[in-house]
Amino acid sequence: MIEVRNVSKAYGQKPVLENISVQIPKRKITSLIGPNGAGKSTLLSIMSRLISQDQGTIHIDGQEISQAKNEELAKKISILKQENRTNLRLTIKELVSFGRFPYSQNRLTQEDQQLVDQAIDYMNLTSIQHQYLDQLSGGQKQRAFIAMIIAQDTDYILLDEPLNNLDMKHSVQIMKILQRLVVELGKTICIVIHDINFASCYSDYMIALKDGKVIHEGTTEQIMDSSILRDIYDMDIHIQHIQNHKICVYFS
Amino acid sequence: MKKRYLLTALLGLSLLSLFIGVKNVTPWDLIHLNETQGHILLISRIPRLMSILISGISISICGLIMQQISQNKFVSPTTAGTMDSARLGILISMLLFPAASSLTKIGIAFLFALAGTFLFMKILDQIQLKDAIFVPLVGLMFGNIISSIATFFAYKHDLIQNISSWLQGDFSMIMEGRYELLYISIPLMFFAYLYAERFTIAGMGEDFAKNLGLNYKQVVNMGLVIIALVTASVVLTVGVIPFLGLIIPNIVSIYHGDQLKKNLPFTALLGAIFILFCDIIGRIIIYPYEIPISLTVGIIGSFIFVSLLLRSRKYES
Repeated sequence: MIEVRNVSKAYGQKPVLENISVQIPKRKITSLIGPNGAGKSTLLSIMSRLISQDQGTIHIDGQEISQAKNEELAKKISILKQENRTNLRLTIKELVSFGRFPYSQNRLTQEDQQLVDQAIDYMNLTSIQHQYLDQLSGGQKQRAFIAMIIAQDTDYILLDEPLNNLDMKHSVQIMKILQRLVVELGKTICIVIHDINFASCYSDYMIALKDGKVIHEGTTEQIMDSSILRDIYDMDIHIQHIQNHKICVYFS
Repeated sequence: MKKRYLLTALLGLSLLSLFIGVKNVTPWDLIHLNETQGHILLISRIPRLMSILISGISISICGLIMQQISQNKFVSPTTAGTMDSARLGILISMLLFPAASSLTKIGIAFLFALAGTFLFMKILDQIQLKDAIFVPLVGLMFGNIISSIATFFAYKHDLIQNISSWLQGDFSMIMEGRYELLYISIPLMFFAYLYAERFTIAGMGEDFAKNLGLNYKQVVNMGLVIIALVTASVVLTVGVIPFLGLIIPNIVSIYHGDQLKKNLPFTALLGAIFILFCDIIGRIIIYPYEIPISLTVGIIGSFIFVSLLLRSRKYES
C-alpha cells in the first residue's frame, strides 16, 4: 500500500497540494481525477520521489521513502510521465532492457534477458522489437514504455496520463493491459487520467483532487455519482448505465 | 557500417600516415632502418600518429557523451564553449604562472573547461525553446564571448601569437615529449565505456533516470568532468579541433541509433579515421608544407554539419 500522509507542496508562493492524506489500495487500479491544475501529476511525482514534498511523508509498504535508497525504490515503484519525447534513437528492445537497470546495472544476466523478452512479448511488440522508437506510432511507443515498466517488475506502477494522444482503440488496449497486470501479476497501479469514462470503466478506486485538496475518494461505484461529479468538475454530468458501466454524458 | 571495414580503413590510413613526410621513409625501409629514419619514426611520426588517434577517438566520444547528457544532437565541445573555455584557461595559466608545468596548465584549463561547460548546461536549462538549431547557436555565441575575452587578454599581454596556436589545431608540432599528456584520455575512455549505459539513461531525461534509481546529477557531472578533462588535454597539446565531436556521433547515430555502449566502438573508429584522413590531406595538399588540421576538419566538417542540420530539418517536418 502507498500511504500519503499530510503532504503539502507549493511552487514558490502558490500552493499546489495542501495537506493531502490518501491511501492507494493494493492490487487495484486507482484513478486520480480532477480538473486541470488540481495537483494530480504533482501528487504522482511526489509519490514516486521524482519531486520532493514540502511537508508530510510517503510510505510504501510501511517504509518511508525518503529513508529508502534510490536504487531499492526503483525495484519497488516505477513511474511513467506523460512526456516521453526523447530524441535518442533507441530500439524497443534497448529501451525495455533499461527496465532491468535497477537489478543488474549495465550487465544484463540471462534471467534479465528473459524478463525483457517476456515484457516485450506481453505487450505484443516482439515482431517490431528491433525498430527504433522514432519509427513507431504513438500507441506502439506507449506500449514500448509500458513494456519497460513491466521489465522493471515493481509492485507499484504509477502512470501519468497513459492515454494521452492515443485513439480509442489503443486507449482500450492500454487499459486492458493494465487490468491484466493487476489480475495476472498482482500489480498495484495508480494513474492520472482525464477521460472520466475510461476511469469509470477500468478503475477500481478513485481519488478526486481539486485545488490541491482531496475532495472525494472511494470506489468507482461511489464516485460515479452526479452530485459528486458536479462537486469535482463544476458541471452537470448525467450518468447512464450502459452494459454494466456507468457512462458520463457531459456534452451540453 | 561494419567494424571490420572501419578497422581495415583505420589500419591502412595509419600506415599511410607513418610514411608521409618531408623525410622519406618507406615501408621497405622498416627492414633496415638507418639511424635518421629510426629517429624520425620514433620522435615524430609515431607520436604524431598516436596523438591523432587519441584526440580523434576521445573528442568524438566526448561529443557523444555530451549529446546524450544534454539531450541535444548538436551539442559538442565546439558548440558548447568547452574548447574556448579550455583555451581561456590556458591563457590565464600562462599569465598567472608563466613557469607553470604542463600539468598545472592542464589543471587550470580543465577547471575552465568544466566551468564553461557547466555554465552552458545551466543556460540550456533556462532555455524554453529547445530547437535543434537554436541550441548550438547559443553555444557558439557563448563560445565566442569566452573566446573574445581570451583574445582581449592576449592582445593586452602580447600573447596573441600563443593564443592563435591553440586556435588552430595542428599536429605538425607534435614530437616525442610534447604529446604524452594526451594519454590521460585513455583511462577516461575506459571509464566512459563503463558508464555508457548510465549516460544513455541520463539522456532519456531526469525523471526517467530517477525512476530507474540512477543518480542523475552524479552521472551528468561525471560526464562533464570527462569531457572537460579530455578537451583540456587536447586543446593544450594539439589545439582546437572543430566539429569533430559533433559530426562523428551524429553519423554513427544515423546508422546505429543512440545506445551508447553499442555506439562507442563505432564512434571511436570513425572519429580516428576521419581525423587521420583530414590530417593526411592537410599534409599532401601543399606538400612539402602543411595545412593545419583545424582547417581541413573545419572545411570538411562544416559541410557535413550543414547537411546534418538540413537532414534534421527535413526529419522534423
